[in-house]
Amino acid sequence: MAILTKEEAKKIIDKVLGYSKADETSVSLSGNRTGNIRYARNTVSTSGETDNLALAVTAVFGKKVGSATINEFDDQSLEKTVRRAEEIAQLAPENPEYVPMLGPQKYIETASYAESTARINPEFRAQAAFDSIEPCNKKKLTAAGYLEDTTGFSAIGNSKGLFGYNPFTSVAFSVTTRTADGTGSGYASRDVNDVAKLSTKEATEVAMAKALASVNAKALEPGKYTVILEPTAAGDLINLMMGSLDARNAEEGRSFLSRKGGGTRLGEKFFDERITIYSDPANVEIPGSPFTGGGGGRFGGGGVDGRPQEKTLWVENGIIKNMSYSRYWAQKNNVKAVPPSGGFIMQGGNQSLLDLIKSTQKGVLVTRFWYIRAVDPQTLLYTGLTRDGTFLIENGQIKYPIKNFRFNESPVIMLNNIEALGKAVRSAGNLIPPMKIRDFTFSSLSDAV
Amino acid sequence: MLPNSPVFGRSVAPEALLEPGLEVAVKKRLADAALNAAKAKGASYTDIRIGRYLRQFVTTREDKVQNIVNTESFGVGVRVIVDGCWGFASVVDAKSEAQTAKAAEEAVAIAKANARLIKQPVQLAPQKGFGEVSWKAPIKKNAFEVPIKEKVDLLLTVNDAALKNGANYVNSVLFMVNEQKYFASSDGSYIDQDIHRMWPTFRVTAIDPKTGKFETRSELSAPMGMGYDYLQANPSDKIAGITTRYNKGYDMLEDVTAAARQAKQKLTAKSVEAGKYDLVLDPSHLWLTIHESVGHPLELDRVLGYEANFAGTSFATLDKWKSKNFNYGSKQVNLFADKTQVGSLGAVGWDDEGVACKKWDLVKEGTLVNYQAIRDQVHILGETESQGCCYADSWGSVQFQRMANVSLAAGKTPLSVEQMIKDVKKGIYIIGDGSFSIDQQRYNFQFGGQLFYEIKNGQIAGMLKDVAYQSNTQEFWNSCTQICDERDYRLGGSFFDGKGQPMQVSAVSHGSSTTRFNGVNVINTARKI
Repeated sequence: MAILTKEEAKKIIDKVLGYSKADETSVSLSGNRTGNIRYARNTVSTSGETDNLALAVTAVFGKKVGSATINEFDDQSLEKTVRRAEEIAQLAPENPEYVPMLGPQKYIETASYAESTARINPEFRAQAAFDSIEPCNKKKLTAAGYLEDTTGFSAIGNSKGLFGYNPFTSVAFSVTTRTADGTGSGYASRDVNDVAKLSTKEATEVAMAKALASVNAKALEPGKYTVILEPTAAGDLINLMMGSLDARNAEEGRSFLSRKGGGTRLGEKFFDERITIYSDPANVEIPGSPFTGGGGGRFGGGGVDGRPQEKTLWVENGIIKNMSYSRYWAQKNNVKAVPPSGGFIMQGGNQSLLDLIKSTQKGVLVTRFWYIRAVDPQTLLYTGLTRDGTFLIENGQIKYPIKNFRFNESPVIMLNNIEALGKAVRSAGNLIPPMKIRDFTFSSLSDAV
Repeated sequence: MLPNSPVFGRSVAPEALLEPGLEVAVKKRLADAALNAAKAKGASYTDIRIGRYLRQFVTTREDKVQNIVNTESFGVGVRVIVDGCWGFASVVDAKSEAQTAKAAEEAVAIAKANARLIKQPVQLAPQKGFGEVSWKAPIKKNAFEVPIKEKVDLLLTVNDAALKNGANYVNSVLFMVNEQKYFASSDGSYIDQDIHRMWPTFRVTAIDPKTGKFETRSELSAPMGMGYDYLQANPSDKIAGITTRYNKGYDMLEDVTAAARQAKQKLTAKSVEAGKYDLVLDPSHLWLTIHESVGHPLELDRVLGYEANFAGTSFATLDKWKSKNFNYGSKQVNLFADKTQVGSLGAVGWDDEGVACKKWDLVKEGTLVNYQAIRDQVHILGETESQGCCYADSWGSVQFQRMANVSLAAGKTPLSVEQMIKDVKKGIYIIGDGSFSIDQQRYNFQFGGQLFYEIKNGQIAGMLKDVAYQSNTQEFWNSCTQICDERDYRLGGSFFDGKGQPMQVSAVSHGSSTTRFNGVNVINTARKI
């Protein structure tokens, strides 16, 4: 029941729109089946599976907006929900920033659904956990991991004739392996739409190798180092920067993209010229949603924005090419309402991680970062720590494991200090290359393993 | 870890939040159906939580209401032990005995399936049944009874005051939560609880267009286990000083007025010179350092490795506790867990597995003495009774070990903040919480703040900016030299503390009086891009 076809979803949305007496009405209908398995100390701790099917109605009178949600689908319940949204709208204060709904849009097809993932069952999850735990048992390592799979759809529609439907699947897996004495720790994570591309055993073996190689780490003085950031580490910082491209904040003077004396840094060269970042929902490696908005229900509403997601260039050869806009702010400024992207693609080179290591005289290899938090929004300064595998590189080789560092660094500074970019791979829904960066600031040591 | 917009539940009209939930007698029938069904299928233990979760969030910026969210979530979660293994199942909108019985049977089936994979059977600490009992948060004014218009008017007045006092932008939000929870277990408990929380917040931004710089200042309120009465501050709730701080009542208008002026003042404040300083930390700041460096490392599930893949493990390993002489801090440092503190976020009568709430020591005169644990863990500590730290953020989430209110005991000798500052030669007085980060075993941390004042030879010498301090948990608590007395004791807290996979949120308070830490490493966070 949770996964409706395009026709089934449209039938329900049309019925709901038919009940409405508001000036404008939109409907968001989404369903998913999510399953998970969690393990620690080499044994399964929890597992579960939930189905959700929910509908959110937004009714608008003038500039007064009200939403209501429901997870029952008989005619009476649907009509009641529409009436409730209308009542809430009538009682709401006017929203001066309300922008009328979009008419029909053209959406691209994306490859975000894989049947293999939709077929995942509890036995599959148990086997995936077993494939991760068993190699650790054999090497006397302790595994803690988590696998979560989702199969779902998102459908949107409104009283101006807009309709969109997108089915999707996703799987996220991560594992931490530790030595029995707690002196070594390794980590690996994978995310895919098609579970056929996931091997929990392969990922666990990477984490195991890191755990074993990170035993008895030596302390290095904090300071500025050339670093090689694996995609998981680099991606976390770049992702935070990509979430800070809002045009309104920049134009209001409270963003790293605000310009001294007013205006923004749009069109300026901001990074090393090798930096090009774009988003593309049609990319087969990180297929995204063809439209913005949708979802809702369980999360108390969800909106129908409905803007098509298109290929968007954010940074080209180091120059800021686009910022994201709300429809209100775009209309006020008479510019195209470029929606924020889902995932992003950062162009890399052809070198492998090993090539980057080989070309390094002295540097630090970072597996991942942890507890990254903003320190200063005007420079995008972040702090956080290395974790689960940090190594000294000397003369093109991994020399020995080193103790974890705290860093204080800005991705803006980082992307100006690029030495080399490797081949981009998928990490947390983005395509991101391993990066070699000079003068990365480590400010203190951590005893954590 | 703070998730974005943690709103779970369906949208409803504001009046719906005032409708009564199911009657206790009905909930008891639903519970008994589940308890009996699970027992019939072979469960050795069963508990059921029937939960109604109400939330209202009012969000504004400058002169506009951005969003008003009213949500209600109702359902039932059943947890069982079969063949020594936990099983859990939940059902939304369960109003019939057939539904709760079915959920119980599903939980049994899951437990049976998972029993093949476990290494050791669950050892559940015994717990006596309490019969039919209830607990109600001692609130004076239910926030859900206050009309939306009054809340909107308050926030728009607050925003107006910010703009009039020099802020360029202001965002303000009221978060209000009511958990109506019914718990029953095969131990013979039927516990009905009504829990309220509220959190008024804002952020003002001041911009200097000439330099292109901006500064912010956020609220000095605390999220509290209180009703709307928290917003009615009596003079006795205010702590006068370089800026007014608040205890059991919060004056949002007064605070935002100060905030707007201070954000502007920050634009021209002196950038800190990095180095060692004595820190004087206000409770509105210190709560977060306690949370990260004491609350989390003393959670037994982290110590044991259950959070290794996400939140991390802990430096405070069992051997350190067993040694009975692990020096966590200086002699002045007494840290305790307390789920009974009135007005705190974690205060309830019983936890989510039917254990009566209590107070216990974690660090006594500087020495590590205990952890926070739940019923299936306490045997590891040689205890026979749980400390009552079990919580689930929804009827649909499995309950697990969560942080109790963890607080620093006030100093025993009379000492005011002014007296403390008088004795500091080179220091920084920090008020309000800011940036925060700590490693996965809770050794190395870095904290920012909202307001920083330089202390020179016992006097406040002016405002500083670009301040963050770094330390190591053990070193930091051992550098604690003075704690103000009970008169300065106040709560701070986290409304959305994240843990677990899938992640659950919980709310927890941390109390302290203003405290001095000597010779802490301060860094300058200013950068040029």
